[in-house]
Amino acid sequence: MGGNLLINYGEAVAAILFGIGFGNLLLQSNLIKKIIGLNIMDSAIYLFLAEKGYIAGRIAPIAIDNSPHVEDYINPIPSGLVLTGIVVSVSVTALMLSLTIRLYKRYHTLDLDEISQVLKREG
Amino acid sequence: MSRKKTEREYKRSFAYHFFRWLNGNEDPLMGQVEMKPQKPYQETPEEIRRKIRERNALFLRFYGVVKSREVRNFERVYKIASVIFCSILIALLLLTVSYLPPVGSVERPINNEVAQRYIEKGLEETGAVNIVSGMILDYRAFDTLGESHVLFTATVTVLILLRLDKKKDSKNSSPMERTEIDDQVYEPQNDAILQGAAFILVPIIIIFGIYVILNGHLGPGGGFSGGAIIGAGLILYLNAFGFQKTERFFTEKTYKWISFSALSFYCVAKSYSFYTGANHLESIIPKGAPGAILSSGLILPLNIAVGLVVASTMYAFFVMFRKGGF
Amino acid sequence: MTVFTYLLMGFLILCAIAVSLSKNLLNSILIYMSYSLIMSIIWTILESPDLAITEAAVGAGVTSILFFVTLKKIHAIDEKSGGRHYNE
Repeated sequence: MGGNLLINYGEAVAAILFGIGFGNLLLQSNLIKKIIGLNIMDSAIYLFLAEKGYIAGRIAPIAIDNSPHVEDYINPIPSGLVLTGIVVSVSVTALMLSLTIRLYKRYHTLDLDEISQVLKREG
Repeated sequence: MSRKKTEREYKRSFAYHFFRWLNGNEDPLMGQVEMKPQKPYQETPEEIRRKIRERNALFLRFYGVVKSREVRNFERVYKIASVIFCSILIALLLLTVSYLPPVGSVERPINNEVAQRYIEKGLEETGAVNIVSGMILDYRAFDTLGESHVLFTATVTVLILLRLDKKKDSKNSSPMERTEIDDQVYEPQNDAILQGAAFILVPIIIIFGIYVILNGHLGPGGGFSGGAIIGAGLILYLNAFGFQKTERFFTEKTYKWISFSALSFYCVAKSYSFYTGANHLESIIPKGAPGAILSSGLILPLNIAVGLVVASTMYAFFVMFRKGGF
Repeated sequence: MTVFTYLLMGFLILCAIAVSLSKNLLNSILIYMSYSLIMSIIWTILESPDLAITEAAVGAGVTSILFFVTLKKIHAIDEKSGGRHYNE
């Protein structure tokens, strides 16, 4: 057990959120709750990345004069990565929700267990 | 001067009949009604058991969801096992976090020469004051192009999944499908409060989105966030005023042309910049003075292209979820 | 500032647990919306304004709208049942 758990509280929160989202994926049988769980896992990873790039006492990477020094700004790389990830996650969410609507139109339920049992009966 | 009516006279009067009707003792058409207390409705336990059995049989025939004992046992074991698994996962991740270097210190391995290079040479090489924007639209522009294509592909897939064929559905469709089509056509209703709020808010939201896009190389913002804001404004407009108003300026054809021209403009512009960069040629696009609105070379047009793609994609998602096709 | 960050982080975990435990689909989506808003405040504290503005527009705005439209499509928003019927 390293001693940095209370100093790295943001990353600890990201780890807990990841576990909660994964538990949602495993335990909920409702499809919409599963999708929300996946979104929570997404944002937990983004939080972890953003905590990685943070440096105490420095400002956001927007240059304030014509010759920026590295000592003034936080790390811009995680911000760029996460910016890409957020927009991809919304399109993934839209895709999953449209699949959910199709499943509901076919089986008239959102419960994954019921859907799988109907599938088993249909063969 | 009043006179008390006799009993016989009163029984023949109109008031007597009216009050008898009012109190429910007599129906004027059918004569006297006999009021008897009703026997309370009660089901015998046998009846209830029979009904439950019938319902279960019906349910089993349609869905087959009566669970056997093994399935129930498996579900219980599965739940306990997944809770234990999640707890172990969280514990392991927390153990890893406790060994990581402290947040906010400079000595983390992520703060290497790449970040130093981006910060110290970024303004000079790309001309963008916002270093993140210069990074994702100049150094790693190929990545952003792929992301725009992810959005486009997602829209196409949602369109395939949710499309309603109008010619097929208008004839011989079930009543449920027909009510669904009606629901799509006739909603939203005219709501005075919503329309009044949208009348004030929509121009402000869209102007703010345009500001965020055009300011992407000077401050926080850029194509993604500004596009999402403009898309949200369009969705509010659609919700307040209905499909007929928005179809005048945004149809399937508009979406196709906006996406096609924005993505191909992105490809052409970045091809030019890759060509000049790889062959060590001088680019003809001026960098401009840092801080001015017309500066930073290709970043402003690329931001506008990405913003157009994102805005039309967000609006298209909503319309396809709501109506099934444009 | 540190106390404020602690508070926000605690609220984040609370929201994530409440989403999982809520019996009503509409409630859980509303809680997810507030989760996204808190996340955007945390990103402002972590000095990433680009992420904050994108999360506020995309996560709290467009994603929640898509969830609401899906609920409307699957007839889970109902005046009487309030979505309770489809949850079991």
